Amino acid sequence: MTGENGQISIWYFIGCLLTIYGVLITGSGIYELFSPPAHPVVLAEFHAAVWWGLLMLAGGLAYIHFFRPSKGNK
Amino acid sequence: MNPLALMLAATPDRLIVLNPVDLAIIAIYFVAVLMIGFYLKERASTGEDFFLAGREMTAWIAGLAFLSANLGSLELMGWAAASYQYGILATHWYWIGAIPAMLFLGVVMMPFYYISKTHSVPGYLQLRFGEGARGLSAVTFAFMTVLMSGINMYSMALVMKVVLGWDINFSIWVSSITVAIYVALGGLRSAIFNEVLQFVLIWLGAALIPILGLIEAGGWTNLQARIATNWAGQNFTSLWSTLGTFEGNPMGIHWTGIVLGLGWVISFGYWTTDFLVVQRVLAAKDLRAAKMAPIIGAWFKMLVPFIVILPGLLGLGLLDMKLTGEAEAIATGGHSYNEVLPLMMARYLGPGLLGLGITALIAGFMSGMAGNVSAFATVWTYDIYRAFMKKDASDSHYVSMGRWCTIVGVLISIGTAYLVMQFLSIMDYVQALFSFFIAPLFGTVLLGMLWKRATPAGGFWGLLAGTVSSIGMWAWVKADPTALSIIALSPNAKDMAENMYRALWSWIVCVVVTVVVSYMTKPKPIEELQGLVYGATEIPSEHGVPLMSKPAFWAWVVGAVFVVLNVIFW
Repeated sequence: MTGENGQISIWYFIGCLLTIYGVLITGSGIYELFSPPAHPVVLAEFHAAVWWGLLMLAGGLAYIHFFRPSKGNK
Repeated sequence: MNPLALMLAATPDRLIVLNPVDLAIIAIYFVAVLMIGFYLKERASTGEDFFLAGREMTAWIAGLAFLSANLGSLELMGWAAASYQYGILATHWYWIGAIPAMLFLGVVMMPFYYISKTHSVPGYLQLRFGEGARGLSAVTFAFMTVLMSGINMYSMALVMKVVLGWDINFSIWVSSITVAIYVALGGLRSAIFNEVLQFVLIWLGAALIPILGLIEAGGWTNLQARIATNWAGQNFTSLWSTLGTFEGNPMGIHWTGIVLGLGWVISFGYWTTDFLVVQRVLAAKDLRAAKMAPIIGAWFKMLVPFIVILPGLLGLGLLDMKLTGEAEAIATGGHSYNEVLPLMMARYLGPGLLGLGITALIAGFMSGMAGNVSAFATVWTYDIYRAFMKKDASDSHYVSMGRWCTIVGVLISIGTAYLVMQFLSIMDYVQALFSFFIAPLFGTVLLGMLWKRATPAGGFWGLLAGTVSSIGMWAWVKADPTALSIIALSPNAKDMAENMYRALWSWIVCVVVTVVVSYMTKPKPIEELQGLVYGATEIPSEHGVPLMSKPAFWAWVVGAVFVVLNVIFW
C-alpha cells in the first residue's frame, strides 16, 4: 500500500487529486478576486479559496514528487 | 416523528446552492474512487487479499482507515448538531469515549487478535470459545451492519435533499452503487485505500470552518465570552465541571455515566470489538504496525473535535439566529440544530470550497458505508457461510462469495433505506439495538483475552445473557418509563444517559454470568489457548527496539495529551 509489491502508492493518488482540486479551488478564488460575487461569504476579504487552494496544490505536488511511481514506488 | 424527517419538513428550500466548480469537484471525487477500485481489482484474487488486504498495510494506512471507517458524514453532521445542543460535552464522545479504548486496543488487545491470525472478531470468538459464541456474534453483527448501513444511507440522502435539494433516490443509488463497485472489485484493500483518501478530504473540506470561525470570533477566549453572553445562565464550554449532577448540564447526565458507561463499556465495546473498525487493524503488515495503528488513529481522533465540535460551538457564539429542535423549527420556520454544519459551511465557504466541503460529507458517508459492507462480506463469508453452510470450498469460491456478498449487502442496505423511508420509527430503535450487542461482546472478548479460566460455555452464555438483559432493560423502560430511575439512576436522565447505564449493566451481567458459568464448567487445556489468552501467549519482546519505535511509548504520549486536554477544557 505504500508502494511495495509493484503497486502505486496511495499517497500518489492523493497527490494527484489534491493537485487537481488545488488548481480548481485556487482558480475559483482568483476569479472571485476579479469578479466579486453579489453576496459574499463572511470573511470573504481573507480570500480563503486562494490560499487554501494553493496549500492543496503545494501539498499535492509534493506528494506526487515524493511518491511518484518512477521513484521506486511502483 | 423522526428528527431527520422533521428536518426535511422544516426546510422548504435548499440551504446551499452549488456552482459548476463545486459540481466538478464532487464529480472528480467519484471518478477517483472508482479508478482506485478498478486499479486494485487485480490485487484481490485470494481470500487473504480480498478480506484482509493481503495483511500488508503500514501502521499509518491501517490507523487512518481505522479512524476513517468511523468518521461518517452523519458523524460530522450529528455531532456538530450535538455540540450546538449540548455544548462542549459532546467532545466526550471523541476523547474519553474513544482515546483510552483505542490505546487499550493497540497495547493490550491487538497482540491476541493479531497473533491468533483471526480474520474477524467472531473468528476470534470461535478460536477462544467455539462455534456457539462465534455464531451468535456473527449473526447479530451481520444483521446490524447492513441495517445500520441502510439507515445511514437514507439519512445521508435526506441530508443531501435538505442541504442541496438533491433527489433522495439519486443520492441513494449513485453513492451506494459507487461503494459497491469499488469494494466488490478491490475488496478490503480498495476500501482501505479509499478510506485514507476520504480521511484527507474530510479534513481538507471541514477544517476551514473552525479556522475561519475562530478568526471571526477573535479566538477561543472571545468565543467563550460570546457564548456566555448569547446563552446567559448556561455553561456550554466546560467539559467536566457541570457533570456533578444530572440537572446541572444540558445532557442530563452524571459524570459516572460518562466515565463508566461511555468511557468504559460503550467506548471499549465499540473500539475494541466492533469488527467494522477492528478489521482495518487486522490488515496491518506486522504486529508492531497493528499495535501502532490504533494509537495513530487515537491521535487523529483527539483532533476531530476541532472539525466537528467547534463548528457547533461557533454556531452558538456567532450565528444571529438561535437554532432549535426540529418540531420548533417547523412551527417557527427557523432552522434546527441539525443544520448547524451546513449553515456554517454556507457562512464561510465560497465556490470551490463549498464543493470540497460537500465532498467531505459524501466521502464521510462512503467511507462509513464501505466499512460496513466490507466487514459484512467478511463475517458473512467466513463466519456464517463457511462455518455453517459450506465448509470445504476453494479459496476462489469464498472470494467470489465475498464479491457477491458485497453487492448483496449494498442492495439489502438500499432496501433497508427504503424501508426506513416508509417506517421512520425504525430509526428510533436501531441505535438502541446496536448498543444491545456491543457492551456484552466487549465483556466476552475481554475475559476471553485476559482470563485463562473462561470456558466456551461461559463465553457463550455470558454473551447471550448480556445481550438478553440489555434488550430486557430497554423493553422495561419502554413499557414503564418510571423504570428509567432504576436503570439510569435518575428520573431526570435523558436518552443518552439511559444508553450509558444500560450498557454498563449489560456488561456486568455478561461478565458475572461468564465467570459463574466458567467456574461451573471445564476449562480448555492450556495448550489450546496459546496465541489467544494472556499468560498463554508468547508476545514478541520489544527489548532492543528504539524508544521512538515502541507503540507503548506513543500510547503514553497520546494518553498524556489526552489528560492535558481534559484539564484545559475542564
